Parts: sequence; C-alpha cells; structure tokens
Amino acid sequence: MSLTLLLSVVISGVITNNIVLVQSLGICPFLGVSKKLDSGLGMGLAVTFVLVISSLVCYILYYFVLVPLDYVYLQTIVFILIIAVLVQLLDIVLKKVSPSLYNSLGVYLALITTNCAVLGTANNVISYGYDILTTVVHAVSVGLGFTLALLIMGGIRERMEISRIPKFFKGLPIALITAGIMAMAFSGLGGLTF
Amino acid sequence: MINKKELKETALGGIINNPVFVLVLGTCPTIAKSDTVSNGIGLGLATAFVLICSNLFISLLRKIIPDKVRLPAYIVIIATFVTIVQLFVAKFLPDLNASIGAFIPLIVVNCIILGRAEAFASKNDVLSSVIDGVSMGLGFTLSLVLMGAIRQGLAAIGLTIFQATAGGFIVFGLLMALFNYVLYKADGHKRRVLFENGGEDR
Repeated sequence: MSLTLLLSVVISGVITNNIVLVQSLGICPFLGVSKKLDSGLGMGLAVTFVLVISSLVCYILYYFVLVPLDYVYLQTIVFILIIAVLVQLLDIVLKKVSPSLYNSLGVYLALITTNCAVLGTANNVISYGYDILTTVVHAVSVGLGFTLALLIMGGIRERMEISRIPKFFKGLPIALITAGIMAMAFSGLGGLTF
Repeated sequence: MINKKELKETALGGIINNPVFVLVLGTCPTIAKSDTVSNGIGLGLATAFVLICSNLFISLLRKIIPDKVRLPAYIVIIATFVTIVQLFVAKFLPDLNASIGAFIPLIVVNCIILGRAEAFASKNDVLSSVIDGVSMGLGFTLSLVLMGAIRQGLAAIGLTIFQATAGGFIVFGLLMALFNYVLYKADGHKRRVLFENGGEDR
C-alpha cells in the first residue's frame, strides 16, 4: 500500500467524501447532538471509536467466516448484530474501566447502534474491496470527518442561538439549510486530485 | 379490537404524523435518495415493505419476546426482511439496484422502522399494526416522491446543485419550514409546544 494512496483515502474520508455532508449518512446524530461544541466532540469521538472497531471486526468476519462458508447473503444481519453487540460491550467495558469517559459519552453510546454511518462504512469497506490496513485508515478518517462536521455545525449553532431567525425556520429547518450550505463547501473540494 | 375512530386515526397517521416532516425520522435516506422521483419511489416502497412486515411480525410476537431483549429481537426481525428485499432487488430490478443498492441494507437502521416497532407494533394488535405500517410506509414514500419531484424539477431547469446532497439538505429544510407554517395555521394550539421547541425534543 503506497503512502499517496493512503493519503488520498484519508483526504477523501475526512473532506471530499465526508460521510455526513457528501454521502448523507449519520444525519440523525448530526442534527440531534450538534447544539453544543462539547457534546458534538463527545459524540464524534464515540462514533469514531465504534466505527473503527466495528468495521475491523466486520471485515475479519466477512472474509474469514462468511466468504469461506458461502454465507455472504447474511452480511446485513451479521453486521448489524456485530455493531449492536460491540456497542453493548463498549458500554459495559467503559463503565468499568473509565467511568469519567463513560459519563461524558454515556448518553450517546446507545444511539450509535442506529447510526447509519457505522453500518454504511462497514458495508462500503466490503464493496470498495479494501485490504485490512486501508479499512482501518478509511474508518478512522470517516470518523474524523464525522467529528469535523459535528464540530463545525456545533460552532455555527451556538452562534445561531443569539441571532434572529424567521419564526418558522427556528430549530431544524435552519439547521438543515446551514448543513446544505456546508455541504456545498465540502463538495466544492471534490475536485482535489492526487 | 380497536374502534373505528382509532382505526381511522392510525390509517391517516402517515399524513398527519408524517414520519419525515413531522416526526423527523429516517432523514439519511430521505436526503440521499430523494434526488429523483424514481429513486424515491424505489426506496420508499422497499422501506414500506420492510415496515409492514416487521410491524406484522413484531405485533404477532409481542407477548412472546421478553422485554429485556426486545431491541435485539426487533433488529433481527427487521434485518431478515431487509435481506429479503436486498436479494429481490438484486435479482429482479438490476437498474434500481445500481442506483439505490447501497441504501437498501441501511433500511435496518432507519429509525422509522425501529421507532414504529417500539412505539406502535409492540403495544397494538396485528390488524392496526399492519395498517400503521401501510400508512407510515406510504407517508414516507410520498415525502420522498415530493422531494424527488422538487429536486428533479429544479435540476431540469439547470440548478443541478439541487440533486447533490447540498440541495437535499436545503429542500428538506425549506419544506420542513413550510410544514411548520401549515400545521401552525391548521391547529396552532396543539402544535405550538412542538413548534417552539424547534422540533428537536423527539
């Protein structure tokens, strides 16, 4: 795996193929947990963590269990169960090992199971045909891209609290339009080539 | 057995409590695959099928599934039907598979389905759960088609940005503001609380 190729995977994961703003996955937490900067950061890091572990485990299970046994059609069921089990395990382990981190993430952890960014990335890695190193790099950069989108949105929405917004646009509608403008900026970088 | 009034309310739920614009569930596929009318119909009907079947089975099994493991049980039921749709579309509708294939497995994590399982099918009898599934599924399809028509129309007159993700966000935001306005005018008192919270406490 050459370094430039890995770099392009990173850039595409974080910016040009941003999971939220370009691929439109994981929008529920993006809108729900982006009201403040700190909660956005917490959610972003929790998702990154689950994303990396789940796509790695899904990758290993897919190529070493499902493919040899010819059970590829069970992909969706197996992947979602792995993600649900992992999130539950992470919940238990974090509660025991690092209560402070658990308390700051606690609320968001359970939500990650139904975050389609996690299942989407696990599926994408298989359909792109990545090898194991690229899978990990891809998952890390997708997670960082998610965190970046959440942080930018959190910052904007903190400021929007004090600005005057038309009555019927308050809350979600204006947040969606803001996200649309951010998405234009991100897809404008799509011309980056290496 | 529920009475006629409740049945009617359930049947109209897809419009009055529209899953996309009022309950704000399932935003990811809404924005991603409402770029054309045909994608909207395809994904909408696929989701509606899974919703109807999962509502039916969860309602049938609601007294058997233990409370503690209900979420994993629901997810397995939903994932089974998603796999059925996935295999069906891959085999019989190759064109549709090429355009929305990546989003079919993601129906598993569509909050509309788990949300209706938890809020409706686990508490109601089989008939009303199926009606709820049909109504919510068609409500979802209708929203996707509406957005698809707007986005495709705008793209047809040269504003191609509206078929990208950015346009999806913007059209969705504007339509939601419109719905806020219409619902506020229709029954101001009932919706006022919901609306003043900006629709974010769900």
